[in-house]
Amino acid sequence: MAEDPRVVFAVRGITKVYGTGGLTVHALRGVDLDLYLGEFVVLLGASGSGKSTLLNILGGLDSATDGQVRYQEEEITTWSTAQLTEFRRDHVGFVFQFYNLIPSLTARENVALVTDIAVDPMSPEEALRMVDLQDRMDHFPSQLSGGEQQRVAIARAIAKRPGVLLCDEPTGALDVRTGIAVLRAIERINQEFGTTTVVITHNAVIAGMANRVIHISDGLIQRIDVNESRCDAGSLKW
Amino acid sequence: MNGNLAGIFYLGSRHLARQRGRVVLLVAALTLSLFLPLAITVGVNAVEKHLRARSVSTPLLLGAPGSQLELVFNALYFNKPSVPVLPFGVSREIARETGATVIPIHAKFQARGFRIVGTSLDYFRFRGLAVAEGNLMARLGDCVIGSGVAKRLGLKAGDRIVSTPEQMFDIAGVYPLRMRITGVLRPAGTADDQAVFCDVKTAWVIEGIAHGHQEANQQASSAVLEADGNHIALDSSIYEFQEVTPENIGSFHFHGDQSEFPLTAAIVIAPDAKTETILMGRYQPGRAKAWMHRPGVAMEELFDTVFRVRDFVVAALAVVGVCALLIMGLVFALSNRLRADEFRYLANLGAPAATIRGLVGFEAAFVIATSAILATAGTLVLLVAVPRLLVHFAV
Repeated sequence: MAEDPRVVFAVRGITKVYGTGGLTVHALRGVDLDLYLGEFVVLLGASGSGKSTLLNILGGLDSATDGQVRYQEEEITTWSTAQLTEFRRDHVGFVFQFYNLIPSLTARENVALVTDIAVDPMSPEEALRMVDLQDRMDHFPSQLSGGEQQRVAIARAIAKRPGVLLCDEPTGALDVRTGIAVLRAIERINQEFGTTTVVITHNAVIAGMANRVIHISDGLIQRIDVNESRCDAGSLKW
Repeated sequence: MNGNLAGIFYLGSRHLARQRGRVVLLVAALTLSLFLPLAITVGVNAVEKHLRARSVSTPLLLGAPGSQLELVFNALYFNKPSVPVLPFGVSREIARETGATVIPIHAKFQARGFRIVGTSLDYFRFRGLAVAEGNLMARLGDCVIGSGVAKRLGLKAGDRIVSTPEQMFDIAGVYPLRMRITGVLRPAGTADDQAVFCDVKTAWVIEGIAHGHQEANQQASSAVLEADGNHIALDSSIYEFQEVTPENIGSFHFHGDQSEFPLTAAIVIAPDAKTETILMGRYQPGRAKAWMHRPGVAMEELFDTVFRVRDFVVAALAVVGVCALLIMGLVFALSNRLRADEFRYLANLGAPAATIRGLVGFEAAFVIATSAILATAGTLVLLVAVPRLLVHFAV
């Protein structure tokens, strides 16, 4: 990270309430948070703590009930659906627990899906090389292992050179070895491109990779830990 | 993917390629659902047009008492050989009394699978038939072949064609006659292309009513069974000619009363409407020894029946088609349900709603459009093929 980090996301008083009347669920209860350019942040918390809701609002997949989210000085909480679609297309890379690859497209084509519409993308081949899948480019998702599929998803997410990379439980469906391979790919993107990276997990071991670890519970940020030094993904064990 | 058609086409086509087995089944089902009613309607209409044109152009048809429809098919399409026999004298009587042109038709025998039609030269004028090669028949034993016969059998003017014996093992039956082909007709696109035309007298030779043989007074005495002045009866050792040649034509002769010689039908062209009406009255079906018919009316009755059946079949197929469409709708709905995650993720990636809707519609549009194109192409092929098939099957 730079010495004087620039704020990418500025989150102020975000609340999210699902349902109406007596059946309301407060997913977020007033979250304040700044995310800086190039930092690696891990959101830690139990299931239902609100971390996925926060990530979805940051990525323009969901809207806040109240509060403000600014992305590089633009307040995205007031944007229309079409503006949010454009925002996701141009600035945000998503990696989900389930890879969400298009089954009828090869790995290369799944990545090309994004590079065809991005403003200044890297080539699909380059993106796939970044995640060590240069030998599996023409395979269909059904011909790839879970870890390989997740790395295709990462290649797709980073191929458009997004401003932020948002990962929701990227290793949740993987065994340790392939999970580490996926984390190494994410770590490499963060370090080589300086992409602001947010990783949701409930695996506390992964927190060692982050610059900051944000603990979320019951819709609120309980604590933020700053790691003096980050450990390599390859050194993680769980 | 950002709402443009190329993106939709790319993603949609890749999905279809991956699901090609299912897509082929859907296209096949819908194509058949569209094609069958279309084909039946178009096919029946084409047959009707073809049959009607020939029947309407034939004003009156004379035949022995019997089925009107069989008579029409015998005289116009040469494919019902076993109609009751019409005595030649009746047609001659009509011609003499009314001045009508009466064209005899004797369509009973075959030569190498093609109908031999005994008629007169008036027939060619009446049908507007002209020779593409050679000449019309000039004497007994000559024939002119339709273009389809020439093409199929590889025959030309100057070649010979032999009539097919009716009974291979009947030694007392009709002997085959080797006919000289004097000409090949131009293609007409009708049953005439598939027929062998000869003079009606030649047809009678084939039938065994006329024949030529060695002179009786030149036979050995052992062959003479009975001799009484000009009447000489010979046994079966006498040599009968199987081909009419300039040398033996003089020996060909008829036995019996020519007015009783058989025809299968006669085309009657009355000189005026009044004569036509009188003839229709005089030879009214059910009341005379020969019946006069208007072929157009006979075919109308056939078409009425055919159309009723066609309408019923098309209606049944339409119901089947609607069922096929409903099942297809269900398949698409289930397919889209299975692809819900794919659509959601495309939206997450930044695909506009229009792209998602486009993808949902693409598969259905592709299947419907492909089926419609195939069904239309099939129908067009049928439109071209039906007249050829009708001629091929001598209809």
